[in-house]
Amino acid sequence: MTVVDDRPATEVGSPRRRKEDARLIVGRTRWTDNLTLPGMLHLAMVRSPYAHARITSVDADAARQAPNVVAVLTGEDVKDIQGGLPCAWPITPDQKAPTHPSIAVDRVAFAGEIVAVVIARSPGEARDAAELVDVEYDELPAALELKAAAADQTLAHPDLGTNTSAVWTFDSGAAGTGGDVEAAISAARDGGIVIEREYRQQRLIPAFMEPRSFVCDPTGEQLTIWSSTQVPHFVRIFTAAVLGIPESKIRVIAPDVGGGFGGKLQFTPEEVITVLAARHTGKPCKYTETRSESLVSAHHGRDQWQKLTLAATADGHVTGLKVELLADMGAYLGLVTPGVPILGAFMFNAIYTFPAYHFTCRNVFTNKTWTDAYRGAGRPEATYAIERLMDELAVEVGVDPLEIRERNWIRHEQFPFTSVCGLEYDSGNYEAATARAKELFGYDDLRAEQARRRASNDPVQLGIGVSTFTEMCGLAPSRVLGSLSYAAGGWEAASVRMLPTGKVEVVTGTSPHGQGHETAWSQIVADRLGVPFEDVEVLHGDTQVAHKGLDTYGSRSLVVGAEAVIRAADKVIEKARVVAAHLLEASVEDIDFANGSFTVRGTDSAQAMAEVVWAAFSAHNLPDGFEPNLDSEATFDPVSFSFPHGTHLCAMEVDTETGQTTMRKYVAVDDIGTIVNPLIVHGQVHGGIVQGVAQALWEEAVYDDAGTLVSGSLVDYTIPSSADTISLTVDQTTSPSTTNTLGTKGVGEAGAIASTPAVVNAIVDAVRHLGVNDIRMPCTPERVWTAIRGASGSGGPSTAAAASHLGAGAPNHDPDSGAATQGGAQ
Amino acid sequence: MTRITVTVDGTRYTDDVEPRTLLVQYLRDRLGKVGTVVGCDTGNCGACTVHLDGRSVKSCQLLAVQTDGHEVTTIEGLANGATLHPMQEAFRDCHALQCGFCTPGMIMQAVDLVTENPHPTEAEVREGLEGNLCRCTGYHNIVKAVQQGAGAMSGGQS
Ligand code: FES
Ligand code: FES
Repeated sequence: MTVVDDRPATEVGSPRRRKEDARLIVGRTRWTDNLTLPGMLHLAMVRSPYAHARITSVDADAARQAPNVVAVLTGEDVKDIQGGLPCAWPITPDQKAPTHPSIAVDRVAFAGEIVAVVIARSPGEARDAAELVDVEYDELPAALELKAAAADQTLAHPDLGTNTSAVWTFDSGAAGTGGDVEAAISAARDGGIVIEREYRQQRLIPAFMEPRSFVCDPTGEQLTIWSSTQVPHFVRIFTAAVLGIPESKIRVIAPDVGGGFGGKLQFTPEEVITVLAARHTGKPCKYTETRSESLVSAHHGRDQWQKLTLAATADGHVTGLKVELLADMGAYLGLVTPGVPILGAFMFNAIYTFPAYHFTCRNVFTNKTWTDAYRGAGRPEATYAIERLMDELAVEVGVDPLEIRERNWIRHEQFPFTSVCGLEYDSGNYEAATARAKELFGYDDLRAEQARRRASNDPVQLGIGVSTFTEMCGLAPSRVLGSLSYAAGGWEAASVRMLPTGKVEVVTGTSPHGQGHETAWSQIVADRLGVPFEDVEVLHGDTQVAHKGLDTYGSRSLVVGAEAVIRAADKVIEKARVVAAHLLEASVEDIDFANGSFTVRGTDSAQAMAEVVWAAFSAHNLPDGFEPNLDSEATFDPVSFSFPHGTHLCAMEVDTETGQTTMRKYVAVDDIGTIVNPLIVHGQVHGGIVQGVAQALWEEAVYDDAGTLVSGSLVDYTIPSSADTISLTVDQTTSPSTTNTLGTKGVGEAGAIASTPAVVNAIVDAVRHLGVNDIRMPCTPERVWTAIRGASGSGGPSTAAAASHLGAGAPNHDPDSGAATQGGAQ
Repeated sequence: MTRITVTVDGTRYTDDVEPRTLLVQYLRDRLGKVGTVVGCDTGNCGACTVHLDGRSVKSCQLLAVQTDGHEVTTIEGLANGATLHPMQEAFRDCHALQCGFCTPGMIMQAVDLVTENPHPTEAEVREGLEGNLCRCTGYHNIVKAVQQGAGAMSGGQS
């Protein structure tokens, strides 16, 4: 090990170019679909075209006779061995859920559900033969629209007797963490302000770029599964649990994985079926989905109705917030499906000092693709609701939206602050982030331009949208998860291995798929151990290498996973200190360690880490009883969540004649604590922001009346391209976290959580003077135009405008919901 | 089966292919050129972009037989030995990739764009990459990288 001169003073904080990229930019990659093994067979799925139907017969004879078909498996064939897919988060003891078979046996509950699998020598032959499988169905009425499903008009699973899976409530009065919301609302009705709104969180599709792919090789002692997953450790545990295979006989590898965003946080029918096929044939089997299959069968996200009541004093101090949600589970409960809205439950109060809060969520089954985590999972929904409401409150009070936030937010000197949900926010400075964002945005100038355009009746109006968000991430303290009935913990594991030649292997339980852990963990360990960045090798994503871990989601990898790495590295130093003391003939207490060197305090005698490592390896001269091994492991269970925050400002131009919207400027100032690699941080923020903007402007999973996913290709599910987006202004302020060694906070989801309300607030702000106070997402030109046209034009908040997005004929319109959605101030 | 002869990344291959074989399938399954990937089934994502006789094409939209007698360059043949193409360098330098799945197609498209228009404006870069989708980066750093790569390409290799 040599000291490298051009190293930055500390690796942490330096914009290191990513280690990962050297391979990725030359196409030297290991995507699951790249794998070919001797004798490998290929799978094609037969999927239901119906949203809800009884299967009356499956005739696979013709398929079995097709060229190079090895086998066809139907639900009937595997019904006794396939088990049921797991839900790891039963949010209430009486939660209802149907069994979720990997291959449907006698009934299908959504269009796209698998009814048979063809196993053939090539993917093309498998697909051709899948066309020959003749499945007869008796169509059943399908529960599609969320509100109708919540009213049990049609049952998604008739045997359950209801579409309600569970109802979950948090009440600050009952919990003793705050006051009584009903009292706050009643008080506000008399001289204060009550704002009632209903917002729609449309259904989204994670749409990671790498379609899912699974390979199972049954030929070794351990069954080896390659999966394009975020959660190889979960896949191992659940393969064991669902199929009754000893966990020790299963090895799961997540090789290069092309994005996830929560969409690959799942244990899927396709994984189970690939294993079943491999065991059935005794040969390696591969399944790679097409994009159309991915969009219809990989889980979806969001899909909520949010009924909101905000109470405030006449001068705009919020006194209570009541949230009533309907959440669409789709047809089945996935790994964390029921818990997604619960992850948002503690975030509607956001950065504010609300004294009273009530949250109820009803989880509802429909005959549509199952939903589960999508970037932010519950927290974008909460942030959207409260940040839209704070703008409405600002209008009522007649002040700037930033001013109303300042009246209600936690001031920096109030940290640590215990929220109305009982969560302790460790650190933050909303004033600083907001001041910086305003400066970068040119807030006052844009407000002045907005006023000029309004005054001149410019057909293109300007709107400014604010989103001052926080989120709880860094999933998660195990005890808290336990109290919320989640099946697993939230710790993370790591080990650090000192190789005799001076290289360092870091094994992490996180499973990156674009986040750059190899680079960031190397930076952290280089600083910790005083070794060159290049000498650190980060290993992950293989349960035989990283046997212990809980994987990557919920902005947890840095704040939980890297903390485990740090603790393992510190244990290495403590062991090495003993060896160094022995070699230097000093007492352990007198040994200092810095910059890769052990020194005896007050002398200039020193031993480099490399020398100590070699001494431990050769084991010729070690203290008596010292185990010749410096390698160390650590498991870190966080004591609290991570609370990054930020202020996002968005300027949108709206053509009032066409409804066309154009983003003019977007500024994000995030406080994510200490930054390990600013380059990676900016990338995470950019990507997150654009996903959130896409929810505001473009994306929606739309079903037709028969329950067919209409937006089932990338032609119809319009994820943004470079031509749709603009360059962003991203900066940070820093309030180090007090709950981990480096002071870091999560960043993976921040952009996606913050940006959606910033964009919609900006659009509404641009046309509010025309009488509009809401536009349903995605805010397409047609919807914007319709809202403008349907508004009263009288200016200011209006009940008519609030109802515009619930007009007859609009998707998801509920004929009974009118009264509840007659918003506006009272 | 149809016999084709095609030069891919500088090597001449002769193969019998089924007429329905897509170029991308031929590259991945027959030649092991798995650096080129498939992201969709509608020609929308651009993940499969390669060069055919020096111009970008979506290899899922061409049949292998259509490349008979032609020259194909994939991401695996873009670097000059150990020396990266300036566009590859720029992508790394600007952190223009996260998961890297869109990257091969994105880089191949970017090289084509700059070959056509050596000094593209931001708007021209954004238009020129419209057929290549990325879900990770929000495009900000990709656009930056393409402009930086354009500079390096016209300024001679670094
Ligand atoms: S694979 Fe999507 S365009 Fe070719
Ligand atoms: S880097 Fe992941 S899709 Fe572009």
